Amino acid sequence: MALKLPLRIKTMCLAVPGKVLEAVDARGSRIAKVQFGGITRQVCLDFVPEVQIGDYVIVHVGFAIGKVDEEEAKRAYEYLEQAGLLDEGGSAP
Amino acid sequence: MRYIDEYRDATIAHRLARRIASHATRPWVLMEICGGQTHTIMRYGLDELLPRTVELVHGPGCPVCVTPIEVIDKAIAIAAIPDVIFVSYGDMLRVPGSRSDLFEVKANGGDVRIAYSPMEALKIARAHPDRQVVFFGVGFETTAPANAMTVWQARREGLRNFSLLASHVLVPPAIRALLQSPSNRVQGFIAPGHVCTVMGYREYEVLAAEFRVPFVVGGFEPVDLLEAIAMLVEQLEEGRAVAENQYSRSVTREGNAAARKVMYEVFETGDRKWRGIGRIPMSGYRIRDEFAPYDAERVFDVATVTAEEPGECTAAAVLQGLQKPHDCPAFGASCTPERPLGAPMVSSEGACAAYYRYRRNAATKA
Repeated sequence: MALKLPLRIKTMCLAVPGKVLEAVDARGSRIAKVQFGGITRQVCLDFVPEVQIGDYVIVHVGFAIGKVDEEEAKRAYEYLEQAGLLDEGGSAP
Repeated sequence: MRYIDEYRDATIAHRLARRIASHATRPWVLMEICGGQTHTIMRYGLDELLPRTVELVHGPGCPVCVTPIEVIDKAIAIAAIPDVIFVSYGDMLRVPGSRSDLFEVKANGGDVRIAYSPMEALKIARAHPDRQVVFFGVGFETTAPANAMTVWQARREGLRNFSLLASHVLVPPAIRALLQSPSNRVQGFIAPGHVCTVMGYREYEVLAAEFRVPFVVGGFEPVDLLEAIAMLVEQLEEGRAVAENQYSRSVTREGNAAARKVMYEVFETGDRKWRGIGRIPMSGYRIRDEFAPYDAERVFDVATVTAEEPGECTAAAVLQGLQKPHDCPAFGASCTPERPLGAPMVSSEGACAAYYRYRRNAATKA
C-alpha cells in the first residue's frame, strides 16, 4: 500500500498568506474560500472576525490567524514559493 | 555567498550583513527557536554571511522533533485499533516510536490518513459516524488554537466519534529552561514570528527583563532574520535587553485574542515532556476535564504508556544548541531522512534534516 508523502519542503510553524474570495456560515463557523497563488482552499475565519471579503489573511493549518496587507501577502507568498517552502497543495500545514 | 545571491533581496541581505559586522565587536551566541527559521538560515547560508564572532545555534522549535516518544507510541497504539480512523499531519508518520511508526501501522492495514488541517478530521468524523476518528494534534502555540477549535466544534455539533490526541508545547517555558541550564551559551533569541502572531510578545518582555537577555520577534525571510540578528547584536553591544518586534507586518504586542480564547477554553497549561530534553514545568497544554470525552488519551486509555529515548540519537544536545547536527556520530551514517534515528532528522524543519539537505558535504566544516 503506497502512501504518497509530500516530498517538497514544508514546515509546520509557517503560516501562508492568501486572499479571501468569499465566506459562508457553516455549522456556526465562518468558512472562507481563500486563494493561495493558483489554488483555493477552505479556511476558517473564526479567529479573525474583523476580516472582510477581499482582505488578505495569513493561514496556518486551515485557520486564519492574522490579517496582512496586500503588498505583504504577495511578497510573502512569492518568497515561500521561491524558497520551496510550500507543498504541492500550495500551503504549508 | 552562492546561496544568498539566489534570493531576490540579496542586495538588502548583504547590506544587513555589513550592518551586523560593523556593530559586532565581541563574540555573541544567538538562537533562533523556530524550525522554519532554521530552514531559511541553512537554505540561504545566512550563518556564512555573519562575522565569525556571531554564532547561530538552532533551538527546539520543531513540533515534530520535540513530541515525546511515548506520545508517538500512544498514537501508534490508537491508530492500530480496528475501526479507528487516525488522522495526522504528514510529517508525524515517519517519526520513530519505540518499536514502530505510523507509516508501519498504515502499511499493516491501519486506517491512517494525512490531513493538512484538523478541520479535515472533523469532516471525516461527520462522514463516518460508525467509526472513531482521532486527530493527532501536535504543535506549538501557532497550531494549538486550530487543534483546540476541532474539540470545541465537535462539542458544539454533538459529534460523539471525534477525539484529539493532543501534544502541545509552549515556547517561553522552553526558553526559560534553557536560560536556567548551567550549560546555556545563548545570549540573545530570535522569537518565532507565527507563534507571536497568536500569542503577542509580552511573555518575551518578561523573559528579557528577568534574565537580562534580548529578544527580537523575527519573520521567515532571509532579510527578516538578518534584520533580527542585527537588532539583537545592537542590543547586546549597547548592553540593552528588551523584547523588540522585527516582524511587525504580522505580529502585534497583544497577538490574536480570539484564537487564544478558544485555546484556553479547551486547553490548560501543564508539565510536559519534550523529546530529547525531558520534562519542562508548565510547558504544554492538556485538554481540560470538561472536554474529557474528546481527549483521545482518556477515550482510549493510553495515558499510562511510557517509553525511553533510544541511546544512539544525540538530539538532546542538538535541540538545546549544545551540538551541531553534523557533530553527531550517527549523522548521515546510521541516521538519514530515509531512516531517521531521531525526530530532528524526520521533519523538514528539524535541524538535522536541514543540515543533511544543505550541509552534508560541508560536514567537516566547523
